Amino acid sequence: MLLIKCPYCEEERPELEFRNAGEAHLVRSPAISEQSDEDFAAFLYFRQNPKGLQFERWRHIHGCGRFFNAVRDSVSDKFLTVYKAGEPRPDVETLLNPETVSDAEPAKKRAPRAKKGEL
Amino acid sequence: MADLAQAAQRAHPLQTGHAGVGSVSVALADNATRVSLRARPDAVAALSKALGLSLPLKPKTTTSQGNRAALWIGPDEWLLLDVDGSSLVADLAKVKVLHSAVDVSHRNVGIVVSGKGADAVVNGGCPQDLSLGAFPVGAASRTVLGKIEIVLWRTAEDTFRVECWRSFSGYAYSFLQESARDVAV
Ligand SMILES: [Zn+2]
Repeated sequence: MLLIKCPYCEEERPELEFRNAGEAHLVRSPAISEQSDEDFAAFLYFRQNPKGLQFERWRHIHGCGRFFNAVRDSVSDKFLTVYKAGEPRPDVETLLNPETVSDAEPAKKRAPRAKKGEL
Repeated sequence: MADLAQAAQRAHPLQTGHAGVGSVSVALADNATRVSLRARPDAVAALSKALGLSLPLKPKTTTSQGNRAALWIGPDEWLLLDVDGSSLVADLAKVKVLHSAVDVSHRNVGIVVSGKGADAVVNGGCPQDLSLGAFPVGAASRTVLGKIEIVLWRTAEDTFRVECWRSFSGYAYSFLQESARDVAV
């Protein structure tokens, strides 16, 4: 079973306690009435859904109940990191190449990051 | 094939109880007073004072004073348990700081799973690590049991209290009894 770390419970819990809640960092415009239909549709419906690393919201619904964000590889299902709601989007390059990394798991062995425009 | 059929014990679908079969008993807990408490960090001190216990602030922990217990459910959420007829709700009504306290005494049903192998019986439907290192005595958490959501509280090394919603209690009770039969085998 996939284990997911909840940043509020501060430990890994079985995936059955969680629900995926879609793409993270979507910001609703404060003035939607001034938005074009196309822009609003883009906000409301269109998602990146990349093959590779994606920023997602998760909810620990059968645990602490909190929403949080995660960086997950949609190919390998590996979670690179989780962080509390409201915290800034982490830098993926830093996650993939932490300076203090031991040579145990070279970053190049991970699945490639989705390139811009490659949906 | 015929030997196998004779060797296997057929369990009646409505069979309950398993006296003499295993080491784990699945019993209904006494009626209790229960409160679902939500509050921000700045209200915790006043609430703790009124309750006569320190609300736990660490994930998966509990605190208790006499029969009264507070289970950490989330960063701003606790499940409070006390004996039936306690002054839990009245005590909270005196607190002036902003909080939400909902009497859920009759929403929940408690089931006590106890005896050697109780962890294995709960693990029959709960995917959490229930080893003593990961889920020590006094640990509590909202989690799942089979198809339903429960609150699990380890009250002793071989005793768990399962709190589930009333309408799911039949399912939880049967599930745990069946799991106890499996563990006994
Ligand atoms: Zn959590």
